[in-house]
Amino acid sequence: MTNASEFTLAELVVCAAAEAWRGGGEVLATGIGPLPRIAAGVAKLTFAPEILMTDGEAWLVEEPVPLGPRGDYKPKYSGWMPYSRVFDSVWCGRRHAMVTPVQVDRWGQGNIAALGDLKKPKVQLLGVRGFPGNSISHRNSMFLPSHTKRSFIEGEVDVVASVGFADRRWPQGVNKLPVDIGIVVTNLCIMDFNGPDHAARVVSLHPGVSFEEVQGETGFPLIRAETVATTPAPTEEQLAIIRRLDPTGIRATVIKGNPPGIRQAA
Amino acid sequence: MNKQMQLADVVASLSDGMTIGIGGWGPRRKPMALVREILRSDLKDLTVVAYGGPEVGMLCAAGKVKRLVYGFVSLDFIPIEPFFRKAREAGGVVSSELDEGLLLIGLQAAGHRLPFLPTRVGLGSDVTSINPDLRMVTSPYDDGETLLAMPAIRLDAALLHVTRADRLGNTQTDGPDPYFDALFARAAARCYVTTEELVDRIDLAYPDKARSNLFERYLVTGVVEAPLGAHPTTAHDLYGWDAEHLREYAALAGEEGGWAKYFDRYVAGPESGYAERVGGAARVRGLPIPTF
Repeated sequence: MTNASEFTLAELVVCAAAEAWRGGGEVLATGIGPLPRIAAGVAKLTFAPEILMTDGEAWLVEEPVPLGPRGDYKPKYSGWMPYSRVFDSVWCGRRHAMVTPVQVDRWGQGNIAALGDLKKPKVQLLGVRGFPGNSISHRNSMFLPSHTKRSFIEGEVDVVASVGFADRRWPQGVNKLPVDIGIVVTNLCIMDFNGPDHAARVVSLHPGVSFEEVQGETGFPLIRAETVATTPAPTEEQLAIIRRLDPTGIRATVIKGNPPGIRQAA
Repeated sequence: MNKQMQLADVVASLSDGMTIGIGGWGPRRKPMALVREILRSDLKDLTVVAYGGPEVGMLCAAGKVKRLVYGFVSLDFIPIEPFFRKAREAGGVVSSELDEGLLLIGLQAAGHRLPFLPTRVGLGSDVTSINPDLRMVTSPYDDGETLLAMPAIRLDAALLHVTRADRLGNTQTDGPDPYFDALFARAAARCYVTTEELVDRIDLAYPDKARSNLFERYLVTGVVEAPLGAHPTTAHDLYGWDAEHLREYAALAGEEGGWAKYFDRYVAGPESGYAERVGGAARVRGLPIPTF
């Protein structure tokens, strides 16, 4: 396995995000959005063949389906996963999704629902969708393409769509044990919420990014993990898989400016 | 027994203030011919329950909706339904936003004639603040866990679109995903279906397709023959959603008087002329079903 010397930040992020599913067992892996979906495919085709994936609609596949128009590609179906069975998978805990909230706070709570007052939102976003149920039932990782104080905000998210570790949100007697946040991959770094009392922690910095820069772009205090790694470059094998899963290059449209994976000197 | 009805008969049987559930999922398999007939009527103050697509935006834009109960309202390739967004940002409708799964659980409770079903879904999130009427229940067993008691969502009527039906009320629904049409049918006092094809006896016409029957005919009050009746949404396996039409609809949401323009262009006039107004039946039948 040789690490590539030329790759984009999106490709680096895909490989970092794939790690979310390492060692997680036989679960339904749902990568929502192009990079998380490619990432789940990379995981399945390399170190996590056990994960289950769908074609993006209602069928299970053992070979990840490439993004976009399929051309001659015909998916081979191994099982059926209509929405009713997605909910069954969610509620029995055998799922690990990677999602993209618009806002994340220090308690690991995420918002995709709306900005401003719920009764009359300033900006209506997607609504809570399945986030409340997902986040109290199974592990969720996150991918945010733009790491700023507008996405990692100082206060609490405007709408708590996915739950986190804010004690006041949990009435007496509620079982919050299933709340499980995996990794948080951004255009700058990899974080988790495994610091003391579930504090946010930087575990890996993308090449050329400093901890101080990440902290400066984050609205709440971050902890430095004991050893902070540099996010590894994709291998040639991984890049080949990424190209196969995204033949039309949708990944180039996700991170603003589609920058290279290793920062150019200014 | 003959349950065949016309669109106007169904709408005449509905009344102001009713709770109406609409089947399908986002821009997929919506009973749009019936929705358009409601848009042409003077029905008002409806509570609409749906995994919403364009029908929710249109009913909001036409001022038919008092309250919305929904898991989401989306056109998929246009992530936020444009007229729904407009109504929400104007504060024009009372909104009971639920987690997608909570909606399922509420419909299930109604269908099984239970007051509520317990779940963890919604706990710890703002679903409980958006819906302050939601109450908690304590497990009577040794675990003593506090759970959310999702109340039954009882519907006065459910409106669904199916692939084939007969005059007895038997239905068949093609496509990879049944969505939650069966739960809507079961949660409703009355269920009306529009169908792409109506036959006298489905057991004689399509004896090999019984596996695609999603709910019993005792749930079905009326059947309306409405070919292309799901347009501009997908009707598996016959035609896909009409992206061009939906883009035009979405653009109109940004214009002054945009809804009136949409209504005059496509909804006004009898449903029998609708296919012609949107480019002809052949065009609709040729719309590809999107892949992801």
